[in-house]
Amino acid sequence: MTYLLARRRSPWATAFLLLLALVGIGGIYALASGSTQAEATAPSASTTQIDEGRKLFLEGCSTCHGLNADGAFQLDGTIAGPTLIGVGSASVDFQVSTGRMPLAAPGAQVERKDPSYSDEETAALAAYIGSLAPGPEIPMPDLYDTTGITPEELALGGQLFRANCAQCHNFAGEGGALTDGKYAPSLTETEPRHIYEAMLIGPQNMPNFPDSTLRPEDKRAIIGYIEALRETPNSGGIDTGRLGPVTEGIVLWTLGLGALIAVAIWIGVKAK
Amino acid sequence: MTIEPYDSGDLPEHKPRRSDVDPKAAKRAERQVGFLFIASGLASAAFIVAYIVTPVDKEMPLPGFGSTNASNLLLGITMGLALFLIGAAAIHWAKKLMPDVEVVQERSPESSEAEHRDALLDEYRRGIDESGVKRRPFILGSMAAALGLAGLPAVVLLRDLGPLPADALTKTMWERGMHILIAETEQKIRPEDMQVGTLISAVPEGIDLVMEEAGNLNELAKSAVMLIRMDPAEIVADQTPEGKEPWSYEGILCFSKICTHVGCPLGLYEQLTHHMLCPCHQSTFDLADAGNVIFGPSSRSLPQLAITVDEDGYLIAREGFAEPVGPSFWERG
Amino acid sequence: MSTSKVEQAGGAGYLWVDDRVPASKYLKKQLGKVFPDHWSFMLGEIALYSFIILLLSGTFLSLWFKPSMIEVVYDGSYLPLNGVKMSEAYASTLDISFDIRGGLLMRQIHHWGALFFVAAISVHLLRVFFTGAFRKPRETNWIIGVTLLTLALLEGFAGYSLPDDLLSGTGLRIAQGIMLSLPVVGSYVSFFVFGGEFPGTDFIPRLYTVHVLLVPGIILALITVHLMLVWFQKHTQFPGPGRTQRNVVGYPLFPVYAAKAGGFFFVVFGVTALMGGLFQINPIWLYGPYIPDQITAGSQPDWYIGWLDGALRLMPNIEIVFFGQWNLMLNVLVPAVIVPGIIFTAMALYPFIEQWATGDKTHHHLLDRPRNAPTRTAIGAMSLSFYVLLWIQGGNDLIANTFKINIFVITWTLRIAIFVVPPLVFVITKRICFGLQRRDRDKLLHGYESGIIKRLPNGKYYEQHQPISPEERAVLLARAEAPLPLPMPEKYDANGIKQKGYGVKKLQSRLSHFFYNEQVPMPTAAEIEEGNHHESELTAERNYEIDDARTKALAPHE
Repeated sequence: MTYLLARRRSPWATAFLLLLALVGIGGIYALASGSTQAEATAPSASTTQIDEGRKLFLEGCSTCHGLNADGAFQLDGTIAGPTLIGVGSASVDFQVSTGRMPLAAPGAQVERKDPSYSDEETAALAAYIGSLAPGPEIPMPDLYDTTGITPEELALGGQLFRANCAQCHNFAGEGGALTDGKYAPSLTETEPRHIYEAMLIGPQNMPNFPDSTLRPEDKRAIIGYIEALRETPNSGGIDTGRLGPVTEGIVLWTLGLGALIAVAIWIGVKAK
Repeated sequence: MTIEPYDSGDLPEHKPRRSDVDPKAAKRAERQVGFLFIASGLASAAFIVAYIVTPVDKEMPLPGFGSTNASNLLLGITMGLALFLIGAAAIHWAKKLMPDVEVVQERSPESSEAEHRDALLDEYRRGIDESGVKRRPFILGSMAAALGLAGLPAVVLLRDLGPLPADALTKTMWERGMHILIAETEQKIRPEDMQVGTLISAVPEGIDLVMEEAGNLNELAKSAVMLIRMDPAEIVADQTPEGKEPWSYEGILCFSKICTHVGCPLGLYEQLTHHMLCPCHQSTFDLADAGNVIFGPSSRSLPQLAITVDEDGYLIAREGFAEPVGPSFWERG
Repeated sequence: MSTSKVEQAGGAGYLWVDDRVPASKYLKKQLGKVFPDHWSFMLGEIALYSFIILLLSGTFLSLWFKPSMIEVVYDGSYLPLNGVKMSEAYASTLDISFDIRGGLLMRQIHHWGALFFVAAISVHLLRVFFTGAFRKPRETNWIIGVTLLTLALLEGFAGYSLPDDLLSGTGLRIAQGIMLSLPVVGSYVSFFVFGGEFPGTDFIPRLYTVHVLLVPGIILALITVHLMLVWFQKHTQFPGPGRTQRNVVGYPLFPVYAAKAGGFFFVVFGVTALMGGLFQINPIWLYGPYIPDQITAGSQPDWYIGWLDGALRLMPNIEIVFFGQWNLMLNVLVPAVIVPGIIFTAMALYPFIEQWATGDKTHHHLLDRPRNAPTRTAIGAMSLSFYVLLWIQGGNDLIANTFKINIFVITWTLRIAIFVVPPLVFVITKRICFGLQRRDRDKLLHGYESGIIKRLPNGKYYEQHQPISPEERAVLLARAEAPLPLPMPEKYDANGIKQKGYGVKKLQSRLSHFFYNEQVPMPTAAEIEEGNHHESELTAERNYEIDDARTKALAPHE
């Protein structure tokens, strides 16, 4: 397992962050329900949280998504924002906590940026949208916590990654181009929770992979493989961006041939 | 014949190097060359040490670039230095200590002299004459025929390189009633397993057996398909022929995964635009509009597989592909 | 028998050989053979040395590599692939990379070496082209060189395909798609090559033989002939003082050139090894085994096939169906077969085309400066721009993703650019060449502009010109006066009968005009004399007062 445990990014740091997020959601839930027991399933949100979320929604999101979150049109008839009924809390959590929503500027693709809402506010928004209609819920941490992943699971994760993800996100999760200026983003920094949610909901143009076609354990294996890609030492030396032969060619023509031609010039110059 | 258009003057005067006039400088250069050779020797020794002491799976940090396997890095650097330093020493030696006075050498004449040419021609004519081929054309003709025919067996021998294509390029194993399975995990699929926007990379049921029997991956290279579900209202058209049962099922469509350009597998699906992009040469197909090409070098729509559900509610093929999948070819029709 | 000098010198072993194969008469001349020294003459050497490095590292790899497509389950030390089904070829490549000490280094040296090999051939070819080194008597060697380039591309692609990882399998899939596009015989070619359907299990063993025996054997033979011809015909040289068409100026083979060239071999090997140690190349373990329904974004070939992949990406989707039955896939044939075919044929024939157009039948041992052959240089630059555009298109997806540009826009831009840019480059290059020629002419006539502005006694300002050095003068004088274009042939002879071969002659004349329709005249000896004279008169006039002042200033000290 030495290959998996290079410590570029400690799994504990991720776990800690996730714990914080949990406290945000779970704490309020515990207060409202009067129970301190941790739940194994996704926590259902409290009425206060839903109210809080509704308030935030009306302030920040309803212009585009409609006062009832059922979508809105612009004056010219194009969609300002799609309906959010049934998208589930996972979708809200993904879009808001990766900063993609609220939308900064329209374009071919909604870009990731610093989130505008705090974790609590995000949780409240998610709870509100989640309360409107059933939809994919924010996954519990044990679904995407890959500590203790076995080599078999890892190998399965690799196979599933190459079968379902590599075509857009590239063999090492570095991302790739799509049509008309769209692109599949790099996965090298993405949090496991967001990867899980993305597979579940299929944000923007990404197709979705519901649990019925890609089981939760498959998703966890894929996340485990993506993490292994980050942590595995680069056998063979400095990588050229993990983008394949194009960047290798650039290194050859600049560094490699550059060095040899420099020596050739040194050979040709007369000594003083 | 060579042209000499101008007088290029004389060679520039040789300027002595420091090592030519100053014995100290020459001694210094000598030491430098020697040190380079010694350093190379040390690098070779270091290579052997690194080979012995570094386990092949040991990792080490590469400052600024994460970490790497130590063995490759150390072996590469020591080997590279050992070789490079030999080269540097030899070049330095040549530049500083060997003569650097340019030498002029005349070129030898480019062409043979006419008398030699003529003599050769005479010899050649003598040979032709003595062989008698001109007088006995029958021998020449039969020899040419024999030599020509002798090459044919070599070509014929290659016949068994491969079978003839027969219908292999036009047929896949897909047939009526065959279950559609998720690739890799091999689950059967119910329509309700798929949401709008779901993409599944899929294979025909029993493909493993077929490939195991054949001992190769040929079937997967043509039978691979993709299942996509979209809002039925967004489907502009599919490939269902007029008057036939629909090829899609409740917004679920099944297309060949093999690009019709030169055969790369597809899979870059955009669920909002319904574009399917090929990463190799960017042929783009609109799956909501019968898999038609909307960009790129491919000239053919993606073949659609007719699907429905069986009595247990699992997705099955309604029939095999109606047209050949994958790249076009001459007799494809 | 008396003891010979050689025996006294300890050369008994040599004598044994020389008594059987008398070589002394030949060798005594060769040890002193002179080679001209210029950095650009080392580019071909890089290619040669890379080839030797490839033979050495490739032999090492072949000790472990198993060219087999039999399916095995991997259980080596790279954990993320443990238990995965794959071909023996891929598994053994993983073993070389992770379980054999120095194996990964040799793999990386082999791959970097291959990239160096083709890159060095390419820049060597450009050097030979732009300096006109392919001219008589070296046309044969040019053709051998073009053949070597073609074989190098083939050999490189074969090596890229052997490990049977996802990327190499994708490359083969594309190659098979191209085979299928061949009119009439396409599907048969594909079935013969792959032993049936794609991918089958025959192909990698077959490709292995091609990669380690057939192609390297031919390359080795051709390199031998290539070098023998260089040796026999002697190397070309750049113009300069003392350098003529009839001599070679440089350093003797033994010891100076041997030390430099031999040393350079070690430098090339050393740099390749350093790159193998420091820079990851082709991390096949990340691509995964080849599975025909899998693909990665950014599937690219190695750099030297990039232009062909780019051509495939550039081509619009034209397919013609004859009688609803026979398909002509121009969308594949044009970029993958027709255009490369034309390019390589034109490249191989270029020396003869130029010779025919110019009517130049003389031997050339002095190289052209590119500016002194404007049409050739412009053709070269134009072709290069065409190649580079295809190359860019070969990486269009990475460019799109890195710089966030719409990939369709890139493709459309390049579809237009491929027709617009090369002709522009042709015209611009030609203009630049003539501009440089004019500057050279001015330098010969008036010396170079020193940048020193002086004022004449009559109040005029004047930039002082300095005479050029004899070295530069020799270089500038080397430009041969371009011949006049061949005249248009008469269609009818004096008797009013149509000339035989009129059409061909007309074409030749047209081509000749294309090459030579414009020229900057070389100054005659008299003009140069006059120019210098004029210059010195001006200088005298200008210096008069200054000298006068200086004389006065210096006088007291004398």
